[in-house]
Amino acid sequence: MRWLIGGAVVVAGGMVARRLLGGTDQGDGHRQRGQTQRRGPRWHVATVNRPAGDVAPGGQLPEPLAGLGDAVEVQLRPAPGDQGTEIAVRLRDGSRLPVAAAARRATGRDPEQAIRAALRESKQLIETSEVLHPDYPPTTEPTPMNKPLRMATQQGRREGRL
Amino acid sequence: MKALVWEGANELAVRQVPDPQLRNEQDAIVRVRKTVTCGSDLHLLGGYIPFMERGDVLGHEFLGEIVEVGPQVRNHKVGDRVVVCSFVSCGKCWYCQHQQFSLCDNGNTNPMITENVWGSAPGGCYGYSHALGGFAGSHAEYIRVPYADQGAFTVPDEVSDERALFASDSAPTGWMGADLAGVKPGDVVAVWGAGAVGQMAARASVLLGADRVIVIDRLDNRLQMAQTHLGVETLNYEQQDVSGELLERSGGRGPDVCIEAVGMESHSSGPQFWYDQVKQQLRIESDRPIAAREAIYNCRKGGSVFVLGVFAGLVDKFPLGAVMNKGLTLRGAQQHGQRYIPMLLERMARGELVTEHLATHTMPLDEAPRGYDMFKQKLDGCVRAVFQPTS
Repeated sequence: MRWLIGGAVVVAGGMVARRLLGGTDQGDGHRQRGQTQRRGPRWHVATVNRPAGDVAPGGQLPEPLAGLGDAVEVQLRPAPGDQGTEIAVRLRDGSRLPVAAAARRATGRDPEQAIRAALRESKQLIETSEVLHPDYPPTTEPTPMNKPLRMATQQGRREGRL
Repeated sequence: MKALVWEGANELAVRQVPDPQLRNEQDAIVRVRKTVTCGSDLHLLGGYIPFMERGDVLGHEFLGEIVEVGPQVRNHKVGDRVVVCSFVSCGKCWYCQHQQFSLCDNGNTNPMITENVWGSAPGGCYGYSHALGGFAGSHAEYIRVPYADQGAFTVPDEVSDERALFASDSAPTGWMGADLAGVKPGDVVAVWGAGAVGQMAARASVLLGADRVIVIDRLDNRLQMAQTHLGVETLNYEQQDVSGELLERSGGRGPDVCIEAVGMESHSSGPQFWYDQVKQQLRIESDRPIAAREAIYNCRKGGSVFVLGVFAGLVDKFPLGAVMNKGLTLRGAQQHGQRYIPMLLERMARGELVTEHLATHTMPLDEAPRGYDMFKQKLDGCVRAVFQPTS
């Protein structure tokens, strides 16, 4: 049975890798223009279940987003259907080669990951007043079999569609 | 503390693990009094959900006593006897505020896995792999409960531990299936699976006014249990023609509501079982959807099908043509327990909802590997094995 689990982990790892290499593209035509072309910074958007006045009281963004400073551009807008407020964030500076972006993402040094983490943490802070932490100390131990999963979950705290 | 941990596919062990700690201000620590096996654990045990690590603590359906609370816990105090919803939900995001608690935006600390596999991340779940947050499970002496004000519910004095235990998952899951499938007075309801969740879905259908409720399984002891404790009709698919019987019992129309409470390791007496089994073992499909196919096929035109059984990924030969051409409503969900648990505890207190019969075997946590073996192999009529970590 171990080989079955191993196979499944490889498949899951492949999906994650594809995600890493593919960035968060969702049909905006970058791929049609080829993976070697530079692309502009993407807007990362999260919807927070609060009115705009609660998202940035007095114009002050929550700390995780404020901490990104002038490196990012931030927009707030009401979400349709009374779903709260959309927070949109993107890097101010320039375009990047997809290959370079993928390498940065794989090593956890992609500034886009910092944006997503800040969005996720800000949403949690605004909605629940704290950032949910995983259990600690862990009950698990590292093994060769779970190494890919551990890498994926480490990445998972930064990544996601937010 | 002592805990039942996953060591690898089909390998369980009871061993010492670190005690849980408060990690957030809305956390509580619960001393587990009773914790129970669930059919969905078997998918983890068998290695069908590849997001487990050696040492992960299993278990998500439990009851206990609060022994520690964070400073932001308002509704509970040390000493409260609580039943805890298996899903970790914040209660504040848009989904929670619309009563869709298992879809919580904030309850999963590892959202990337499910966002990649399913497109979006549901909330977290205790003891249910790193895809659903990696939270330690309840088959342990103690467990951390995040968002304790949202997920922990004080058990009324008149409800026993044995009864309230199933308000954690089986009862709200079953109730949700009947409720969101739209069961109403006069309906004919068919439920595939006579495990605890299927039985609770059947009982919920009765309480919601269904005219006839028919539970389908292959194990006579479970079917007998459903007849005795729930007052419903039964079908043994190894001995009876399910389609013919359902048509006959529904005036030739087919059931108005069909509830699938089996999940990704479905059985069948026909060749389709081997078709799906081979494909699943070769990972050509991840789930065996045999009961889901039958529910769709047998549902009446314009009827409603609800998928309660846990599915992980991709299935083959899915009858989308029947869904479309018969105008079916197809729906599924992990349980929105916070929506139903207070009402279910009230019904338990009034004696409308009994669950004790589901706990066919009770044992100390030290014997949990044996309990899972009995549960998996359906030995000695095991429907659910209950563990008592601190007895």
